[in-house]
Amino acid sequence: MARLEIRDLHASVEGREILNGVNLIVNQGEIHALMGPNGSGKSTLANTLLGHPKYKVTGGDILVDGESIVGLTPDKRAKKGLFLAFQYPVSVPGVTMFSFLRAAYNAVHTDEKNQAPTLFEFREEMNEKMKLLGVDESFMHRYLNEGFSGGEKKRAEILQLALLKPKFAVLDETDSGLDIDALRVVAEGVSKIAGSDLGVLVITHYQRILKYIKPTFVHVLYEGRITASGGEELSLKLEEKGYGWLKEQAGVVS
Amino acid sequence: MTAASEIVTDDYKTKYGFADSTGYLDNRRRGLSEDVVKEISRIRDEPGWMEEFRLRALKNFMDRPVPTWGVDLSPIQFQDYYYYAQPAKETAKRWEDVPPEIRNTFEKLGIPEAERKFLAGVGAIYESQEVYNSLQKDLQKQGVIFTSVGNAVKEYPDLIRKYLGTIVPPSDNKFAALNSAVWSDGPFIYVPEGVKIAMPLQSYFRINAQGMGQFERTLIVAEPNSEVHYIEGCTAAMYQKSMLHAAVVELVAKKGAKIRYITIQNWSKNVYNLVTKRAHAYEDASVTWLNGEVGSGRNMKYPSIYLLGRGAKAEILSMAYAGANQIQDTGGKIVHLASDTSSKIISKSVSKDGGQAIYRGLLHIARGAHNVKSTVRCDALLLDEQSKTSTFPYMEVMAEDATVTHEASVGKVGEDQLFYLMARGINERDALSMIVNGFVEPFTKELPMTYAIELNRLMALEMTGAVG
Ligand SMILES: Nc1ncnc2c1ncn2[C@@H]1O[C@H](COP(=O)(O)OP(=O)(O)OP(=O)(O)O)[C@@H](O)[C@H]1O
Ligand SMILES: [Mg+2]
Repeated sequence: MARLEIRDLHASVEGREILNGVNLIVNQGEIHALMGPNGSGKSTLANTLLGHPKYKVTGGDILVDGESIVGLTPDKRAKKGLFLAFQYPVSVPGVTMFSFLRAAYNAVHTDEKNQAPTLFEFREEMNEKMKLLGVDESFMHRYLNEGFSGGEKKRAEILQLALLKPKFAVLDETDSGLDIDALRVVAEGVSKIAGSDLGVLVITHYQRILKYIKPTFVHVLYEGRITASGGEELSLKLEEKGYGWLKEQAGVVS
Repeated sequence: MTAASEIVTDDYKTKYGFADSTGYLDNRRRGLSEDVVKEISRIRDEPGWMEEFRLRALKNFMDRPVPTWGVDLSPIQFQDYYYYAQPAKETAKRWEDVPPEIRNTFEKLGIPEAERKFLAGVGAIYESQEVYNSLQKDLQKQGVIFTSVGNAVKEYPDLIRKYLGTIVPPSDNKFAALNSAVWSDGPFIYVPEGVKIAMPLQSYFRINAQGMGQFERTLIVAEPNSEVHYIEGCTAAMYQKSMLHAAVVELVAKKGAKIRYITIQNWSKNVYNLVTKRAHAYEDASVTWLNGEVGSGRNMKYPSIYLLGRGAKAEILSMAYAGANQIQDTGGKIVHLASDTSSKIISKSVSKDGGQAIYRGLLHIARGAHNVKSTVRCDALLLDEQSKTSTFPYMEVMAEDATVTHEASVGKVGEDQLFYLMARGINERDALSMIVNGFVEPFTKELPMTYAIELNRLMALEMTGAVG
């Protein structure tokens, strides 16, 4: 069973330290929720995991199956089985969804013998996953995230998750900006994909997505550290009380 | 789209930059003079009026200074070039009859194969001469002419006298004058009234010898309500010393005619590409210039369209790639001289490794031309800090009721875009060429599929820096 281990991770953006020693272990098949106030560093953690060049690791380590990935470029990390559903997916004009998905699919699913999946295999899989997530055929001819509504963007992220079949997926506020129906479709989509093969880290501000994606663990990131961990009841408590009570605890739990 | 890593296996040198032997230059001399011009006319067995046309143009050329705007042309030593080279006896009608080495070159460049697959006619121009020409039988029967301007001088003198030099007069600029003095082959296409040619015609230009000057002369006449789709491709052998390609291209689109003219310019970096391209569009006619400029070290090219009749339409769609040691000074010019005319200019440039892309455009709307619509859009993409871009969009709008929009943008490849694609497993090089191909997509989507793929492939090839 694969394991993602974040060990005393420190990271900075533009010279400013944002993560101050994050410790977290996600095993394949587990679902972890990560909550925390705005600006606490949740997206920073996500970006750092995938190796965004702006986010520098200044201490600690990130390990996949015991091997450090800190020195790897983002594409290599994706091939090791890491995936990030972005909080704000960028658009790439002129690149169709289809050609992008094909390139990503090929890159991730090319085997050790350098054998890339055929166009037929890709199409089959794509059609299946589009059906699963209720994505319309016309999507494929549109440019990557260009002019997508908030909900369409999030759905497209989950479609990518479904196609790339990573070992570990970070979902950065995949639930925000979705209407009630869209939330249900996206969340049910995720829960269909999640299974014993996927470790998930769901970043969210709200309890509602966790109804569909039942977390095994809930963590709170506060000022660049995980200051509280627990079960589902922790998310309920946060929804009820907010983050104020964590202030007093800050620094105590780590 | 094919991923760049699958297709970039070769560099320019081996794929296009190879050279054939140059025995045909043995008794040629370099340099330009009245004698040289007379000799060209003699070798080509031209009528007196043509020789006179050349000599008048030569005088014009000699009297003019080298332009000092745009790219620096002072390194050009006019006396160092060969102005004429005829590598074959005559224009062959079958590939078997083309001299073997030259035939082999065109084979390597894939021309006969393209001809078999999707072209209605092909001309192959090697140095100064059209060495091969073909046109589908049914088009011949319909009265379509596709030959070299050189052959047309003899076979269709009335048509040539009627049109040659009327769209681009020899006195237009220094290089138009030079071309008019020493011009050699390029296609003459004549499409009779109402004939619509469905498949494209293509010419392929090849420069082989070091120090060669190639003076393409192209003339297309589309009679009322006819349609033609023409593609030109170009490559050259690679040398230290420069080569010169100074072309004049003239298009006439009569009432209701449509001309689509595509250029895929992939000269080696030692080529100066200095061309004058102009079209006249009459009532309800439509002319489109599509320019894919990837090659040449110094490029000055601003195709123009004069809208002379009511309801005429003009489009100039370009993309330029400027890599190391390249200056792409390109753009377009549209002159609205009639009412209800419309025009569109879209220019996309990509600069990398210190390359420089310049957009230079003129939009002129004459007083008295009513209800004119025009849109101009220039987008530049810089791939690194050393590369540069600038735009010079001139507008002369004399009509009060014209609708003109102009937009320009300069962008850098965003770190976030790269990260997004790479986070999906796509390597940096492929991610970059994806972003660049996407950026020029508004241009490439207008091309026939094969050429769109070819252009993306050429850019990927350039971007890997494999080209010397
Ligand atoms: N690319 C960046 N450039 C500059 N500062 C950044 C960048 N990314 C994050 N930061 C800063 O790091 C801190 C943490 O931001 P981050 O986006 O990780 O918060 P978050 O927990 O995801 O917040 P939210 O709940 O609002 O999404 C903030 O102060 C933010 O301004
Ligand atoms: Mg965030």
